Amino acid sequence: MKVVVCVKQIPDPNTTGQLDPQTHFLKREGVEVVMDPGDEFGVEAALQLVETNGGEVTVVSMGPERGLDAVRKALAMGAAKGILISDEGLRGSDALTTARVLAAAIKREGFDLVITATESTDGYTGVVPQAIAELLDVPAVTFAKSVELDGSTLKVKRQTEAGYDLVEASLPAVLSVTAGVNEPRYPSLKGIMGAKSKPLDRLTPADLDLAGVGGASAGQTITEVASAPERAAGEVIRDEGDGAKRIADFLVQRKVI
Amino acid sequence: MALGKVWVFADIDAGKPAPVALELLTKARTLSDTVEAVAFSKDAEAAAAELGAHGAGTLYAATDPAYGEVLLGSPAADALAALVAEHKPDLLLFGMTYDGRDVAGRLAAKLGVPVIANGLDVSADDGVTVSTSIFGATLNVATKFGGGAPAIAIIRPKSFAAESSGGAAAKVVPITTPVDEKHRRAKVVDRVADVATGPKLEEAPVVISGGRGLGDPKNFELLEQLAQAIGNAAVGASRAVVDAGWVPYSMQVGQTGKTVKPSVYIAVGISGAMQHTVGMKGAKAIVAINKDENAPIFKLADLGVVGDVLKIVPQLVDEVKARKG
Ligand SMILES: Cc1cc2nc3c(=O)[nH]c(=O)nc-3n(C[C@H](O)[C@H](O)[C@H](O)COP(=O)(O)OP(=O)(O)OC[C@H]3O[C@@H](n4cnc5c(N)ncnc54)[C@H](O)[C@@H]3O)c2cc1C
Ligand SMILES: Nc1ncnc2c1ncn2[C@@H]1O[C@H](COP(=O)(O)O)[C@@H](O)[C@H]1O
Repeated sequence: MKVVVCVKQIPDPNTTGQLDPQTHFLKREGVEVVMDPGDEFGVEAALQLVETNGGEVTVVSMGPERGLDAVRKALAMGAAKGILISDEGLRGSDALTTARVLAAAIKREGFDLVITATESTDGYTGVVPQAIAELLDVPAVTFAKSVELDGSTLKVKRQTEAGYDLVEASLPAVLSVTAGVNEPRYPSLKGIMGAKSKPLDRLTPADLDLAGVGGASAGQTITEVASAPERAAGEVIRDEGDGAKRIADFLVQRKVI
Repeated sequence: MALGKVWVFADIDAGKPAPVALELLTKARTLSDTVEAVAFSKDAEAAAAELGAHGAGTLYAATDPAYGEVLLGSPAADALAALVAEHKPDLLLFGMTYDGRDVAGRLAAKLGVPVIANGLDVSADDGVTVSTSIFGATLNVATKFGGGAPAIAIIRPKSFAAESSGGAAAKVVPITTPVDEKHRRAKVVDRVADVATGPKLEEAPVVISGGRGLGDPKNFELLEQLAQAIGNAAVGASRAVVDAGWVPYSMQVGQTGKTVKPSVYIAVGISGAMQHTVGMKGAKAIVAINKDENAPIFKLADLGVVGDVLKIVPQLVDEVKARKG
């Protein structure tokens, strides 16, 4: 089975990101770039599936050269091959453009299953997986909180507003996994060393017959960036045995009791 | 008005439109004189009155039960693509629900038009612009749609208040596109609901959320008692305790969980990480109990109490009971 995992590289989510006030691009200078923590679940899901069912995991990422670290991390975790699609023109790509580029790379590589996270931690658009599925003309089994493969049938518990749906899908398919679907492994020292000698394809949109596709062709532009208004802080008291009483008074004052 | 025609995708559950659909219809009325709804559900027609009362003149309804037997994204995107070609709406609004995201994502790719997700507001003064907030809601970003109609926007629930327009029931126009074999590649074989008692988290006037500071899963029982004592209150949670398996994901509040805007939000043993506060900072009032006086949650709280939740919550249950008599 051939599993392709999409991993995105993002500014370290533990630091507050910034946009360049002029270009409105994400400021990358001086910011640590890491594999999106959400994508670790996708890599882990892929590795578990090939470990029980046989096959190979390829990881694909679209982003600047620095994104190599994210790809290498997935290789160190156990993926067999990496693909990085980079081009200055891809900066500022929107969700649809991103999906086009990823879908073209995935198609070129061949796949039985594509795995993504449900949404990226920085962009948080959460539509790239569905768009990839449409472009590849396969089902998108989304928001998986558990995944099993039974022969060539994918059995998934899909998160819903009320609980979950039990979904069965045939391969090939796109699968998006939620955080918590599994326990991502840490790369071993051996894995980290081995990652350096694994095959790595570096592509540009031109290699995918998508020359010129990127930020310039995006169907949307950022027109304004502003700090969100802060909520004013109120009163903070130390509980001297009367904390509960003060809260109850507050609830009365707010007319909820 | 600015736009010729705006469509709202309505999630329907047992004949009831999702609250976000009514919120979006309310907003859509300010953007266009022609507001219409689209729904894929065998009992969509039962929702025509409520959708109409919030501004939908027409309801395009796919009532073939086959839509409920498969993952909705693919058949609904196909049907919508045909409908869009016929009726040419300028803007499609989706609530940020699981099905809404699936349908919108596929539809955008199918039509080759841009989609903007995670929206908090939408305006149509000079082209369609969607506001989103990023980096844990520290920055607001306005993004304008360029070429390609329709514009597709996915908006977070609770971004607008639903208000009735007093309109008549929407005129139901059937969507007759069949669910073909291709869409049966992903089937829904069962739907399971988490057991929930009391009011819904998104609708309750008081939300009491617990975090890691409760120390032990069994202490969530204290929050249930408090909710009971207050009445009309729901219990939520931080992601830390959902990930730890203390409570189900359906209780999670925050960026990757639910957005709530109650009259009063009570954060119990929650530190106040940005990814949590983005889901609750729209509450009218916030109360926080935390033993660490430097916890970021106190920066948002109207009333903050520095102390031990295990001591304060049981006392609060008694205080509330005493006041209610
Ligand atoms: C991409 C991403 C998405 C995320 N999405 C969400 C989301 O949707 N929702 C969400 O909640 N989080 C989300 N998070 C996680 C978030 O960053 C925090 O880790 C999480 O909210 C912390 O939960 P907590 O406040 O319960 O735990 P902690 O941060 O551990 O805080 C526990 C608090 O309890 C206090 N405490 C301990 N004991 C007591 C006591 N006896 N009495 C009083 N106070 C006590 C401590 O002082 C501390 O402040 C997300 C993170 C990422 C990276
Ligand atoms: N530039 C990218 N490179 C690789 N994968 C991506 C990229 N952008 C999005 N994805 C995948 O799509 C998922 C959802 O992203 P998004 O729709 O952008 O929130 C991510 O978690 C990744 O798995």
